[in-house]
Amino acid sequence: MAKKDRMSGNEAVAYAIRQINPDVMPAFPITPSTEIPQMVSTYIANGEIDTEFIPVESEHSSMSAAIGAEAAGARSLTATSSCGLALMWEELLVAASNRMPVALALVNRTLSGPININCDHTDGMGARDTGWIQIYAENNQEAYDNFIQAYPIAEHKDVHLPIMICQDGFITSHAVENITLLEDEQVREFVGTYEPEEYLLNPGKPMALGPYSISAYAMEARKNQEIAMENAKGVILEVADKFRALSGRGFGLFEEYRTEDADFIMLIMGSAAGTAKQAVDDLRKKGKKVGVLKLRVFRPFPATEIAKALSGCKAVAIMDRCESYNGNGGPLGSEVMAGLYREKIVIEAVNYIYGLAGRDFTVDHVYEIFEELEKAVGEGKTVEQFRYIGLRE
Amino acid sequence: MRTDVTKIHENTPHQELTEGLMMFAGGTSKHFCTGEWRTSTPVFIEEKCKQCLLCTPVCPDSAIPVRDSRRADFDYDHCKGCGICAKVCPFGAIEMKEGR
Repeated sequence: MAKKDRMSGNEAVAYAIRQINPDVMPAFPITPSTEIPQMVSTYIANGEIDTEFIPVESEHSSMSAAIGAEAAGARSLTATSSCGLALMWEELLVAASNRMPVALALVNRTLSGPININCDHTDGMGARDTGWIQIYAENNQEAYDNFIQAYPIAEHKDVHLPIMICQDGFITSHAVENITLLEDEQVREFVGTYEPEEYLLNPGKPMALGPYSISAYAMEARKNQEIAMENAKGVILEVADKFRALSGRGFGLFEEYRTEDADFIMLIMGSAAGTAKQAVDDLRKKGKKVGVLKLRVFRPFPATEIAKALSGCKAVAIMDRCESYNGNGGPLGSEVMAGLYREKIVIEAVNYIYGLAGRDFTVDHVYEIFEELEKAVGEGKTVEQFRYIGLRE
Repeated sequence: MRTDVTKIHENTPHQELTEGLMMFAGGTSKHFCTGEWRTSTPVFIEEKCKQCLLCTPVCPDSAIPVRDSRRADFDYDHCKGCGICAKVCPFGAIEMKEGR
């Protein structure tokens, strides 16, 4: 039977980790993810789980140790934020290219500078080309639900890739919300025991991992890794279906909120999707045909699926909680527009940068954006193709 | 997933490579003749050698074979010519010469 509780996002993820009881957790503290390893350590100290906790001297080491443990045959994970993820950068690519299904609880925080500890997606977006699966949560419930789905996705034989389960720093990590939890047995059965086919501590079956590759092999290895990322899409959907059957909750690659007949859609990721939904409800009462497409899975990027979901609307606002410094908008803006073009879907698409470094994003901003989209389509008003929202000017 | 890696070569298509280029075999470095990289070469002067065996453990490439408690000549397939053995030898029984 499911039980109701109230928890912060960090508590929810730590609770999921307790229920999974993974083998090894190396971790180094960094705001706002510190509570996750702290709470897991408490579970270990209280004898509730037998996870091996390794206190390390940096995130470079925590990711290295997680890869090492995984290679040895242990189900491993770590947690981090911001600069911690940046310090892992080299190992993130190694985890993926060595095809290690490590899990990482990422609590999204901006990167310096100016130095700031609050939420945006700069850290996760910075790791977007490292070969990790990335799944984002709107609220504490989704952070919990997504973490429980992490290993069944990452460890699937057609995938074998590391996975980041992301939630918004402070906004969901520290805010306490009502949550529905699964029973421990349900989680253990859903996640299953880890039985890797090949691992280093396997007597009589010698192997080497991560060998030097000359040019004659590296390109083929990367193609295989890319295929695994493509495979992940189907596996994520399968796992989401199973999870929905178990819990009655969850979405596939994205959630479509009141988009069926929508002329204007806001595409957004993370906690701000809740704000966007509230604004959509308000505008719907006034007869506006608006909706939200909340992206759950950022890697693999569901470009075709998004393009098709947007094909019926007149205009889309693509919301980036990250500055790309490319003079051309944010990462979501670039990828969604490329997806639309490839599917030959021509709609008005405007890219907005919002909520950087913890800047509030409110329903008023959403009203303003939908109004701008409506004018762009209805009155043929030219809009800036990418701009900041909530900026003092 | 376990494959006969000896059947993999530079013309193998990507579908037939191992996942993450994992090597399903042990001791494969023996097949990799790193001696080709050498730019200077140790020469073993047997008459000066007292068989103290100080050279063997310091060789980073295990290129000084020992048989019946006596060192033999260098394994030039794997010696990279680093010169550590020549430095450590107390009897001048190893000399470095230019080239391969």
